[in-house]
Amino acid sequence: MHVPILKQGDCLIASVQSVLSDADLLQLRDDLAERVGKFRSQGVIIDVTVLDVIDSFATRTLRAVAHMLRLRGAETVIVGIQPDVAFAMVQLGLSLEGVGTSLDLEEGLAYLDRASKKTLKHGK
Amino acid sequence: MENEARVAISSAADIVTARQRGRAMATELGFNGSDLTLIATAISEIARNIVAHAESGEICLTALNQNGRDGILIVAHDEGPGIADVKRAMQYGYSTAKGLGVGLPGAKWLMDEFEIESKVGNGTKVTMKKWLK
Repeated sequence: MHVPILKQGDCLIASVQSVLSDADLLQLRDDLAERVGKFRSQGVIIDVTVLDVIDSFATRTLRAVAHMLRLRGAETVIVGIQPDVAFAMVQLGLSLEGVGTSLDLEEGLAYLDRASKKTLKHGK
Repeated sequence: MENEARVAISSAADIVTARQRGRAMATELGFNGSDLTLIATAISEIARNIVAHAESGEICLTALNQNGRDGILIVAHDEGPGIADVKRAMQYGYSTAKGLGVGLPGAKWLMDEFEIESKVGNGTKVTMKKWLK
């Protein structure tokens, strides 16, 4: 299912609404890369609260999205990974190395806020 | 309750169907939270293996009752090219399809029992079980 992307200030919020097929994940990647340029977004939140499985393909794609968006000048944070999903990811040896993660949407916004302040202080 | 379910795997969309059917059956069998996620994730990995290497195959889910123990049996088979070096395919991080090389060894870690049989030119069969605790 197509993932809606909302614009909130200089952030984008991609809120996953149901299970994602491989094609949906790749579509999300392309949509976010395009929107970040269109809206000159500084931060992106991907909310995966509803996902009951994050397997190796989903992990690899989410990691690729975050790295790609960083190259486009936006910081990404993945929010809402469920405890059981986190457990399965650890069992699989999967990590989202180099990608920001937060508990939920609220924490994700705070994370991006901190990230943008850090950038202002130290420059890029 | 259905004791057996078969899901044909021929495209990436079928991966989602297979893991949903697996989760539904495991729920009926009495598995709980984290085990359901482990089972669904393991199915996702072996189903993806079929799509990546063999184009099409099938995943068969069966309710188990052996020596008073309940569990779920998941068999994935395909008529694909087979795996030349099964030992290597089971090494973490080894992939021939530009994946992470996590799928097969990862599925083994998620389940209680795991077996793989493969012959070059004769397809691959993965058998895994999870027991209700």
